[in-house]
Amino acid sequence: MAVAATGRDLAASLQTGSGETVIEVQELTKIYQVGDLTVPALSGVTLTIHGGEFVAVMGPSGSGKSTFMNILGCLDQLTSGRYLLDGLDVGRFSKDELAEIRNRKMGFVFQGFNLLPRASAQENVELPLLYSGVPAGERRRRAREALIRLGLEGREHHLPSQLSGGQQQRVAIARALVNAAPLLFADEPTGNLDTKTSLEIMELLTHLNREGGITLILVTHEPDIAAFSRRVIRFVDGRVVSDRRQEGA
Amino acid sequence: MTGLLATVRIALRALWVNKMRSALTMLGIIIGVGAVIAMLAVGQGASRKISEQVASMGSNLLIVMPGSLTSGGLRMGSGAQMTLTLDDAYAIERECPAVAAVAPMVTGVAQIVHGNQNWSTAIQGTTPGIIPARDIALVSGRPFTEQDVRAAGKVVMLGQTVVENLFGARDPVGQIVRIQKAPFTVIGVMEKKGQSLMGHDQDDLAYVPVTTAQKRLFGAHFAGSVRFILVKAGLAADMEQAERQVTELLKQRHRISPKGELDFTIRNLTQMLQAAEQSTRVMSLLLGAIASVSLLVGGIGIMNIMLVSVTERTREIGIRMAVGAKVWAIRMQFLVEALTLSLSGGLIGIILGVVSSEILSRLAGWTTIVSPLSVVLAFGFSGLVGVFFGFYPAYKASLLNPIEALRYD
Ligand SMILES: Nc1ncnc2c1ncn2[C@@H]1O[C@H](COP(=O)(O)OP(=O)(O)OP(=O)(O)O)[C@@H](O)[C@H]1O
Ligand SMILES: [Mg+2]
Repeated sequence: MAVAATGRDLAASLQTGSGETVIEVQELTKIYQVGDLTVPALSGVTLTIHGGEFVAVMGPSGSGKSTFMNILGCLDQLTSGRYLLDGLDVGRFSKDELAEIRNRKMGFVFQGFNLLPRASAQENVELPLLYSGVPAGERRRRAREALIRLGLEGREHHLPSQLSGGQQQRVAIARALVNAAPLLFADEPTGNLDTKTSLEIMELLTHLNREGGITLILVTHEPDIAAFSRRVIRFVDGRVVSDRRQEGA
Repeated sequence: MTGLLATVRIALRALWVNKMRSALTMLGIIIGVGAVIAMLAVGQGASRKISEQVASMGSNLLIVMPGSLTSGGLRMGSGAQMTLTLDDAYAIERECPAVAAVAPMVTGVAQIVHGNQNWSTAIQGTTPGIIPARDIALVSGRPFTEQDVRAAGKVVMLGQTVVENLFGARDPVGQIVRIQKAPFTVIGVMEKKGQSLMGHDQDDLAYVPVTTAQKRLFGAHFAGSVRFILVKAGLAADMEQAERQVTELLKQRHRISPKGELDFTIRNLTQMLQAAEQSTRVMSLLLGAIASVSLLVGGIGIMNIMLVSVTERTREIGIRMAVGAKVWAIRMQFLVEALTLSLSGGLIGIILGVVSSEILSRLAGWTTIVSPLSVVLAFGFSGLVGVFFGFYPAYKASLLNPIEALRYD
């Protein structure tokens, strides 16, 4: 109980306005141990991200983009350095507190969608609400609303396998939005989609950032996709080699 | 606690969503539990039945029969010769110290009539020695006496089946029945013994004094001779000695030379029954072994299904953790899933086992006994397998970082 209470207080304290520093990492390193081999995935990353930003993370394959993003999303742990989320040191949180932060403050969109294969679109979208204790009726209503917002009306009871790639990704985005999380992490969300669908998804995400005030951090290989963002951070070999602001398209 | 309730709901939802996997897992448990219960019930029933029959036969019994057992086997017509007499029986009783009781037997089949009811049954002429020899207990009336035998009295003791058919629920003691037109007084009713080894109804008989049987009922066949003699040794350890003493005595009485061929045969009834008991025990063991195999196969089935889906379920755990499931929520979900499957599968298995035992005993006429131990054993084993393989991989996955679980393969 004590843990949950702390988590909730924390979540409340995370309410941030646009422009404030949301994410601050200092000398972040991540080293994977594969047998006797140590693989450095991130080697001393220091940067800050403010509320309402739309950041594209680019770089060659294996440069550490996903690793960086998973650490920011509290899905993975850093090896050394500091990660401050709204000024609070994430390294001090317990597993359950991190779960609470992810639940209330973060949404994820992955390249491979990561939907429960045997659950309907509606059930998949309800999932975050299930873990934040939202009553059934409200859960259903909010999940439906999110699906409608993403143009998936009438698809509520489809299984992921009965949806197109673009539709599946939109279900994943609905799931990321349903808890009104202020942070959205997207790791190559258009990697499995054709150009037309990719553009649709990107317009959607851009809209969420511009109109919804959501802080969006997006990993991509493609300059066309990165062009939607206002800031591009480039990784090479686990280091930031450039960090440029640009006018969004 | 709403969190717990929600988790239970999540678990039940997950079971429903994975219908096929749930059904297959349950099937493994159902088959394991059902088969074990049914097989052990058959085995237990068989050995219980044998033990009852052993007890109902009377213990430490020898049967002395006319005719001889040659080295080539049973001589033809054994029992047809009337070489044993009532006097032989009395002599055995008098002169063989290892013998506790003797009952000469003259048997036949006849109608017993009471009022407008009649019933055809085995009529056995014997002496009061039959009471200790076959461990007979009476539910009412008295056994007949030496006086009844000496006087060739027209008295009869009835078995339960005969009583049921002639008198229904009434007590027949003191009533008159007719056997081959002669009136007999019912003096006693024997306690129920049930079926014999061969499925013979041991309560479908009537005892009359041996002299009465010889003179009034089956005189044409048994002029002074008896069909066989039941000999009961005082102690199990006395069986061999009793057999030796009876053999010596009868050789003397029948004037058979030391090397001569015997005109009677002695069989050890207890040994025969023990042999039967032994073989049932072997059968029970065999059934038990088959049952454990099906339990094992069921267990392996459960294990397989659970383990095959570990990858998919680990990803599922990753997804749930990513959207905010806490560690305990994950563990509870999988524990509840595993428990639900194991308990409901086990329950259906128990029902299946009990019902099929019942069907076996109705249809095949086998005695089946569902023992609580077999239920506990089968249920416990499959339950443990189900819970372990359902919960343990999930427990391990819950220790991972969300990203490790998401990428698991
Ligand atoms: N679980 C892991 N175990 C060991 N090494 C890993 C693991 N995950 C990533 N790495 C290594 O860390 C480095 C960075 O990987 P990461 O996935 O972050 O790259 P990326 O920039 O996302 O690449 P891509 O564009 O191909 O997705 C790579 O060298 C990779 O081999
Ligand atoms: Mg990547």
